[in-house]
Amino acid sequence: MTLNDICQWIDQTAMSQWIKEAAWVVPTVQTVHILAIAVVASSALMLDLRLIGVFWANRPMEAVKARFLPLIWWPLLLLLATGIIMITAEPARSLKNPAFQLKMLLLIGALIVTGLFQLLHRRDASLGDGPRAAAVTLAIVSIALWSSIIFAGRWIAYFA
Amino acid sequence: MVSVEIDRFLEWLQSTPLALAIAENDILFPWIESVHVLAIVLVVGTISIVDLRLLGVASLDISAKRLMRDIIPYTWGAFAVAAITGSLMFSSDATHYGHNRLFQIKLVMLVLAGINMAAFHLFGERDIERWDAPGATTPVAAKAAATISLLAWIAIVSLGRGTGFTMH
Repeated sequence: MTLNDICQWIDQTAMSQWIKEAAWVVPTVQTVHILAIAVVASSALMLDLRLIGVFWANRPMEAVKARFLPLIWWPLLLLLATGIIMITAEPARSLKNPAFQLKMLLLIGALIVTGLFQLLHRRDASLGDGPRAAAVTLAIVSIALWSSIIFAGRWIAYFA
Repeated sequence: MVSVEIDRFLEWLQSTPLALAIAENDILFPWIESVHVLAIVLVVGTISIVDLRLLGVASLDISAKRLMRDIIPYTWGAFAVAAITGSLMFSSDATHYGHNRLFQIKLVMLVLAGINMAAFHLFGERDIERWDAPGATTPVAAKAAATISLLAWIAIVSLGRGTGFTMH
């Protein structure tokens, strides 16, 4: 089964047909997708700025982590659900789109970096408080990845 | 007639060299739009952190005053970028944006969000020392301002995305 077959199969499902006919669905779902991204990206930024040491530097890392880390992971479910609806509406426009494919790669990268932060912080609770090099690198890579994900998401429309 | 004057201004705006460059170049608009989305995402995300603190939902271990002082500069920075990139996109097709109903409502919502924020800083924040102690609850006026802020920004994002779908 090729990617073309998958796209064709999704295209003719009742769900896809229904979304295509209801003009309000895609703009509404995209709005929810952007709002969820706002939560994820801003939460990641808060953690990253704490890691760099420019933000909330005198608050314990543990408190900043408890506040923002769940807001990186949980909204991903909403992003996945709204993302699937958009793919269902126009499978070829997304699945075969280089901007979409790049976005998925960048997403995997961002998730690995977030997981790595959790792992490193669990192993060494002083991460972000002691010598900065590792923490700063992690934070800058995270900021770069989440920003690129937002850019790639917007560019899907221009590669279609 | 005011509307004739506005139309003349919009036509002038979209004939300026920068507006023409954005309209005629294939990749300039998507780049500006991407920066706009990144900026609005950070405006909404950071302002929500403040709003949720005022509502008593999150960040309760930190004083509201301190939280606002730390976060709002980032919100303003992101807002400035969103306003500049938004103006650039507007200029590239000013007559259409100017006459787009959803875009007009978006501008009204932005003004509303601005008035709400100004009112909070002028009146709601005046006795902040009294209700900012640990364990104290925020007064109804501050909670109302936070609710209006959250709803206004959700509406602004929706109307912005809606504008994109109703332009052509």
